[in-house]
Amino acid sequence: MKLLVAISQTPETTARIAFKDGGKAFDPNGVNFIMNPYDEWYALVRALELKEEKGGTVTVIHCGPAANEVTIRKALAIGADDAIRVDIDPDSAYTVAQQIAAHASAAGYDIIFTGKETIDYNGALVGGMLAGLLDLPFISHASKLTFHGDSALVTRDIEGGEEEISLNTPFVISAAKGMAEQRIPNMRGIMSAKTKPLQVVAPVASEGLAIHTDFRVPAAKTAVKMVDPGNMDELVRLLHEEAKVI
Amino acid sequence: MILVYAETQDGKVKKSALESVYFGAKMAAAQGTSCAALILGDSTDGGRLGAYGAKEVFQVSDPGLASFDSQTFAKVIASVATDKGATVLLLPDSSNGKSLTGMVAVLLKAGVITGVNKLPEVKDGKLYVERALFSGKAFATCRIDSAIAVLSVAGNSIKPQQEGSEVAVTPLSVTVPVSKTKVIEVKRSVGIVPLPEAEIVVSAGRGMKDPSNWGIVEDLAGVLGATTACSRPVADSGWRPHHEHVGQTGIAIRPNLYIAIGISGAIQHLAGVNSSKVIVVINKDPEAPFFKAADYGVVGDLFEVVPKLTESLKKFKSAHH
Ligand SMILES: Cc1cc2nc3c(=O)[nH]c(=O)nc-3n(C[C@H](O)[C@H](O)[C@H](O)COP(=O)(O)OP(=O)(O)OC[C@H]3O[C@@H](n4cnc5c(N)ncnc54)[C@H](O)[C@@H]3O)c2cc1C
Ligand SMILES: Nc1ncnc2c1ncn2[C@@H]1O[C@H](COP(=O)(O)O)[C@@H](O)[C@H]1O
Repeated sequence: MKLLVAISQTPETTARIAFKDGGKAFDPNGVNFIMNPYDEWYALVRALELKEEKGGTVTVIHCGPAANEVTIRKALAIGADDAIRVDIDPDSAYTVAQQIAAHASAAGYDIIFTGKETIDYNGALVGGMLAGLLDLPFISHASKLTFHGDSALVTRDIEGGEEEISLNTPFVISAAKGMAEQRIPNMRGIMSAKTKPLQVVAPVASEGLAIHTDFRVPAAKTAVKMVDPGNMDELVRLLHEEAKVI
Repeated sequence: MILVYAETQDGKVKKSALESVYFGAKMAAAQGTSCAALILGDSTDGGRLGAYGAKEVFQVSDPGLASFDSQTFAKVIASVATDKGATVLLLPDSSNGKSLTGMVAVLLKAGVITGVNKLPEVKDGKLYVERALFSGKAFATCRIDSAIAVLSVAGNSIKPQQEGSEVAVTPLSVTVPVSKTKVIEVKRSVGIVPLPEAEIVVSAGRGMKDPSNWGIVEDLAGVLGATTACSRPVADSGWRPHHEHVGQTGIAIRPNLYIAIGISGAIQHLAGVNSSKVIVVINKDPEAPFFKAADYGVVGDLFEVVPKLTESLKKFKSAHH
């Protein structure tokens, strides 16, 4: 099986979020960057498991500057065979999807994995866009992927439950929790990652269409109002009269 | 024209559809245009969308739309949007909505923003849309640079009101492409408002000690008509079903009221719930980080506080019938 995993880089979950240039750009000062957890723990690891079961290759692709190669090397250390970096500022989901589609359209992958969303912009768009550009079926929020003969069986999260779907390759899938268990790269992986192929490609022409013009952080929350644990009537009164939510 | 894809379930329009239609009608009024709704499949109550602001309701009924397939649905929605000359297409931010948004945007060559929770503005002929990012830790304004915009509307962003009357449903005939996927089974807990749609959520964490203690949480949810949720370790250890797990790796919700019981308030938990309008935290530890994100706090033993709260609410409910 020929598998492609799209990996993105995001600020770590606990990072303090701030903006610079009068709210025009994200301020990376003091922020640690990580591989987007959905891409790393679920998409990449499930792709590696499928390769181990059925043979084949796992390629990772990332759109971003050279500084992000640490994230790509980590994916190689976890077990990907080779990597592609598209040398472009990933300023919108559409830009990213166009770049990945340009590579994938000729390469003939059986499955293209994305994460269910990036934890910074929370767009949840790239997977569906890729499927649209490549005219492939798309299953989002997949929590399980197995094979029965040639056909794939996918479990997908829906509101209040789940749905089971069967389909044949090729397709695009976005991975949610449950698909696999996180793998920590071992020493051998880290050493071999240094020599695995990482190809840098120039971007194709692409357009943004939806541009973030300015950013801000929400106003600080007003201090919590404490209610005596013995007086729940008071809490009910506040929720009714002040907060007006019941 | 503003076109709204009105999601249905079991032949009825969903709450998210009422919200999106009402949202679309408000946008249309501000832009001097009209709002229309689109239903796919065999729903029977599409006409009521008229009351929420849809001037027209279109419906494509076709056996090929009986179960959800993102590719098929996206192609049909995009073709109707093109035919009708829509300038804005609204989709729900639900699980099916999330499967459609990116694909529809590509098919229409449209600028797209997900999770919109405020009515966009038009300046110099361009649409400016506000959205949350970093799981609610920041906001951004986005400018749409395409002739048509695709927006997904976050749940509970607007309170739909009945301001008009029912309209007749207009059947459309559209070629429905053959689906390449097959839905084998849908498992959904019945009779419960799904978490992303719930207006009140009662959520509990590891402070509950044991799954057998959940009765007091369910009683509280019962009087409030709330949906129950839980923290991640609670779902991971099988105390509660996986679909109740909220947070960074679970579901992101934005109810009017979120009551957190015996949950410490780790940043990854907050990521899924901090867009709630009002947060109540019940925790025995006054240093629990959740209090910093709360509107109302109760420091106390949940096994005493929660039943008392339920009693007080029962009294309140019977006084307010
Ligand atoms: C990358 C990543 C992603 C994650 N994603 C999520 C996610 O999506 N959702 C999520 O929830 N977590 C997530 N976590 C885990 C998160 O960091 C916390 O570990 C988790 O939220 C803690 O759950 P908890 O509050 O139920 O348990 P605890 O942290 O153990 O807190 C229990 C709380 O109950 C209180 N308590 C105990 N007994 C009583 C009593 N009798 N009365 C009143 N209060 C009592 C305690 O004071 C304590 O504050 C993630 C972690 C990582 C690293
Ligand atoms: N810059 C990028 N390079 C490669 N893949 C990406 C990039 N950004 C996003 N993706 C992929 O698209 C998924 C969804 O991202 P998003 O639509 O931004 O929420 C991520 O989980 C990744 O798999």
